[in-house]
Amino acid sequence: MSKFKKKKGGDLPAISTASLPDIVFMLLFFFMVATVMRDSTLMVNNSLPAADQVQKLDKKDRVMYIYAGKPSSRYMDKYGSEARIQLNDKFAIVEEVGAFVLAERASKRQELQNVLTTALKVDGETKMGLVSDIKQELRKVNALKINYTTRIGEYTQNMD
Amino acid sequence: MAKRSVPVVNAGSMADIAFLLLIFFLVTTTIETDSGLNRKLPPIEEVIDPPIIKERNIFTVVVNKNNQLLVEEELKDISDVRTLAIEFLDNGGGAGEDSCDYCQGKKNPSSSDNPEKAIISLKNDRETSYKVYIAVQNELVAAYNELRNREYLRLNPMSGMNFVQANNRYADPRTSSDEKEKLKPQLNIVKSMYPQKLSEAEPNKN
Repeated sequence: MSKFKKKKGGDLPAISTASLPDIVFMLLFFFMVATVMRDSTLMVNNSLPAADQVQKLDKKDRVMYIYAGKPSSRYMDKYGSEARIQLNDKFAIVEEVGAFVLAERASKRQELQNVLTTALKVDGETKMGLVSDIKQELRKVNALKINYTTRIGEYTQNMD
Repeated sequence: MAKRSVPVVNAGSMADIAFLLLIFFLVTTTIETDSGLNRKLPPIEEVIDPPIIKERNIFTVVVNKNNQLLVEEELKDISDVRTLAIEFLDNGGGAGEDSCDYCQGKKNPSSSDNPEKAIISLKNDRETSYKVYIAVQNELVAAYNELRNREYLRLNPMSGMNFVQANNRYADPRTSSDEKEKLKPQLNIVKSMYPQKLSEAEPNKN
């Protein structure tokens, strides 16, 4: 009688699927955590104007965002109702835009630093004066590629 | 005392429930891609010797603080901007080496010589509303796109795409590099036929 007796009857033991839910839950949590809904909380009203001749803004890693508009109702009593610029998570003045762009540019990878696009997410009700000031600041730091972020729709929606 | 056996809860369907949740999240979370009008700002540099441009080669659009439009010195509605801009760009009124053999315009001698010389000048006030500005920009870009579509279809009748579609395809990261190589010269030809010359003046101070 040997110790290494061949087992009789070749039925395979059933593979336990008890850990399958755990694997799937792991996947689930990964997706829940990894899908970022929005980078920064908006502190300004941001109803974008409509346009239909748009181009997609792919490749998020080479885009920096500048928000502008009237402060949303929560911040209205503190910051007033005049349109303001939001950079990252705080309000900013026009002169800070240049420094922000340079900081953002420095934080990107070397090969991307020359192909960055600035996405201007500006509320439709804003006056052009503020937008022109931002554009002027961007020209000063040589961030010349811009994108007026819009929602897709007929231009007639902008006229009322 | 009779010992009761606790019935085992079958966990076999747990995986299905988790999968259901997983698929729900996969489907509902759309990774949003923004879209908008791409523009390029002019670099700040002192122009020592500004080139002389003929008045007829400039198409002026002015938006005032009440969001009214002045196109070529006349009060117009925004719905007219696209047709007026196309008429101007496609005019081809030049003669000799300024002539334009692909233009289909009226060859009006008081309008632009050819699309390469035609410049659209956009001026707005500091009080102009941003959404009106975007609407005007949109219409001007639409005018260029319409002309470029026409020429792209004429030059590449077999492609089954117009200029905008081809350009989107070129920008799409999923497009193979072979196809990009093929699209690039086709796009560049059309772009050079109707170059986007959109100049923006510094806004009026009040």
